Amino acid sequence: MTAVTAPAARRRLIVAEDSVPTLARGTRLRYDEARQRWVLLVPERVMAPDEIAVEILQLCDGRRSVADIIDHLAAAYAAPRDEIGTDVIAMLQDLAGSGFVVEARKATP
Amino acid sequence: MSPTLLDTSPVFADPTDGLAILEEKSVAESYGIPLAVLLELTHRCPLQCGYCSNPIEMERAGNELSTEEWKKVLTELAEIGVLQVHFSGGEPTVRKDLAELIQHATDLGLYSNLITSAVLLTREKLAALADAGLCHIQISFQGNEPELANRIAGFKGHSKKLEAAGWARELGLPLTVNAVMHRQNLHQLPGMIDMAVALDADRIEVANVQYYGWALKNRAALMPTIAQIDDTTRIVEEASERLRGILDIDYVVPDYYADRPKKCMGGWGRQFFNITPAGKVLPCHAAETITELDFESVRSNHSIAWIWQNSDAFNRYRGTGWMPEPCQSCAFKELDFGGCRCQAFALTGSAGNTDPACSLSPRHHEIFRTAEAESATGTNRYIYRNFAGGTLEPEQQEV
Repeated sequence: MTAVTAPAARRRLIVAEDSVPTLARGTRLRYDEARQRWVLLVPERVMAPDEIAVEILQLCDGRRSVADIIDHLAAAYAAPRDEIGTDVIAMLQDLAGSGFVVEARKATP
Repeated sequence: MSPTLLDTSPVFADPTDGLAILEEKSVAESYGIPLAVLLELTHRCPLQCGYCSNPIEMERAGNELSTEEWKKVLTELAEIGVLQVHFSGGEPTVRKDLAELIQHATDLGLYSNLITSAVLLTREKLAALADAGLCHIQISFQGNEPELANRIAGFKGHSKKLEAAGWARELGLPLTVNAVMHRQNLHQLPGMIDMAVALDADRIEVANVQYYGWALKNRAALMPTIAQIDDTTRIVEEASERLRGILDIDYVVPDYYADRPKKCMGGWGRQFFNITPAGKVLPCHAAETITELDFESVRSNHSIAWIWQNSDAFNRYRGTGWMPEPCQSCAFKELDFGGCRCQAFALTGSAGNTDPACSLSPRHHEIFRTAEAESATGTNRYIYRNFAGGTLEPEQQEV
């Protein structure tokens, strides 16, 4: 093994409208039959996303940008785009901060 | 709209308590569908760490569950509604069927985590585990400098661990560095945090040793000083701030110096359980130290669901009904569920007593003084973990 080198500029995603988010490897969204609800599985933890959070996570398909996701939800809920945008970015940033959501273009090694 | 993500963590108390209780029926019974299970595939391990949480009396290879038995266990767990399985040991990679078991877990939709020393891995072996659907790997480190790390492990494995961590990242596996901390390596904590960053780890678990099994036997050689704990808290807080968005730091505080007990296992028989190499189903990995309890096995006629719901060992300390004073009238009783039953047994002789880690326990000050005294005057020589009941480290190695 070569000596431990400096980190490869490891920086987690700063979520912006032009980000293309996807779930990181090791982050799984699935429907849990036993509990009859969606769960988000991450290392050492289980998260219970509510209905809207599930919808956002399902839209993180590695193709849509954050702007696309916000547009989609604003139309679907006939709600102000600003308000939706703030909520979507806050939620995704929270997950990106722990590495659970990553930029799709850099997702796979 | 404000989407929310309710978070449940096996390590840290969470006032909302997440998914622990989901069925109305189980509110009254104080437990729900178990979230995660620790599978101790084997007690065999090339490392001999004196802080190991395995029991002193370890299972021999001949008593271990077979591949088919473990597969049946995994199938039952998925049926009950378990979401995550942690493959652990001993050293789980000594099992030749590990990839097969991970694949089975994957096929069942279970989230699989590997808790390993990594010293037996090759890149090919790890790639096979990743291909089988492994979701996350935790690699233990004993220090950040080979001489001390190898001495603590009683095995020259440090450089191999670094190499394996590199493979994990190349394969795209989320990586947690498990840093088990005690008096003889706490001075290396800043270095271990830097090492985790350099290894491109996602998380580091800074876990102070908890004193069960081998660790209890080695307590005098492991107990940190109060000054070390104060430093540790400062180091963790500083690093958490500095590395926000780069490295998540989970911190497990040491019991003996705490004011409040930990919410051990999220509450006895409440969210988690453990299966031993021979198939015993335990409320926690140290529960066999409580000699007044009998545990059911997956090799019995009972299903795992039956054992979880009905066995005496699980029901004995569930909820709050069993609690003595001062727990019974304590405002925190549903936050910490009375702390740790194994610790109460180890330190007071009865698992039904208040956990002495709690400052309200009549024994708390005594435990605190014991810790203080052992940290100051305890030997640095380890009793290395092995199947022979332990071997005292030779004196000349003492540093």
